[in-house]
Amino acid sequence: MNVAHGLFALLALFVTPVALAQDATSDEIAKYRAELQKDNPAELWETRGEGIWQEKRGPRQVSLQRCDLGLGEGVVKGAYARLPRYFPDADRVQDLETRLLWCMVRLQGYTEAEARRQPFGDGNEHKSDLEALTAYVASQSRGSTMEVSLRHPKEVEAYRLGEALFFFRAGTHDFACATCHGEDGKRIRLQDLPNLTTAEGAAKAYTTWPAYRVSQGELRTFEWRLYDCFRQQRFPELVLGSDVAIALTMYLARNANGATFDAPGIKR
Amino acid sequence: MADPMKIRASLVGDSTEVKVLMSHEMESGQRKDAQGQTIPAWFIKNVTVTCNDRTVLSAQWGTAVSKNPFLSFKFKGGAKGDKITVTWTDTRGDTRTDVAAIA
Repeated sequence: MNVAHGLFALLALFVTPVALAQDATSDEIAKYRAELQKDNPAELWETRGEGIWQEKRGPRQVSLQRCDLGLGEGVVKGAYARLPRYFPDADRVQDLETRLLWCMVRLQGYTEAEARRQPFGDGNEHKSDLEALTAYVASQSRGSTMEVSLRHPKEVEAYRLGEALFFFRAGTHDFACATCHGEDGKRIRLQDLPNLTTAEGAAKAYTTWPAYRVSQGELRTFEWRLYDCFRQQRFPELVLGSDVAIALTMYLARNANGATFDAPGIKR
Repeated sequence: MADPMKIRASLVGDSTEVKVLMSHEMESGQRKDAQGQTIPAWFIKNVTVTCNDRTVLSAQWGTAVSKNPFLSFKFKGGAKGDKITVTWTDTRGDTRTDVAAIA
């Protein structure tokens, strides 16, 4: 008997059923997501965010309808699909969350601390305005094509920094984003991990955030996703609106260019 | 006060399909907080749905219903423009009523 052939058959015997079971499970998870997507609780955040966007708030009693998200004062339609971008008034690249904080401080007169009071919600008694606003603005880009520009030198700089950070190994576990997201076919437990170095993987990931996390009962933003990836890698806490957070967002958003934006989504 | 519900009602053949998203904590009373203290139960107890003035659904809920619940059901009848009114009451006595028209 051919030994090599026999060994292969033996291996196949062990490998195939596991691989099949795994595929079947991810198919079932995909079905579960599709079923929930139709009536996504994220809508509750979108509605609340729309209210906050229009309401006259803060010490100056101004609504965010005077906030420029890059397409002109108060223009929300399609804005998220073109962020992050360089804003001359702030002289830096900003993503949506950072821009919203900027408008809350400059326009509405909140202090930086007040604007950042509850970046991530925790139950119905500690809701996050920032998450609701992000859900609303993002929902107004559903169906838009991702179109993140690298025209300004600072946009290029942010992209390059994001790329470097993505592959930068650090922390107690010597991890990088690329450790989990740099190859096809990786997973954590039963969750398939997208390969974010490919256009297809980046598109699949970036265009489905913000999303309602069923396991948390909360709507989470892309900044939260990065924040939690940092925690999982045992990195220092990622500061909301920091250059690092914006650079990584820029890297992934730009890699998703050309894809159709389809969020708020839903995650397990 | 609780956030508004999202209500969608549409005609499907000779019946009406109603879909409701509610914003509620639905705390089961089984969980503990970071200090080890039990988080008291707090959930929607009663749900009623009327079409104009006719009650089409009346339910008693418990702790097995998820946070931010989604309710979907069909009833016979209903016409375009009929008023669908959804009311819930929770264990704290808090209540919320929202209205939508059948599309």
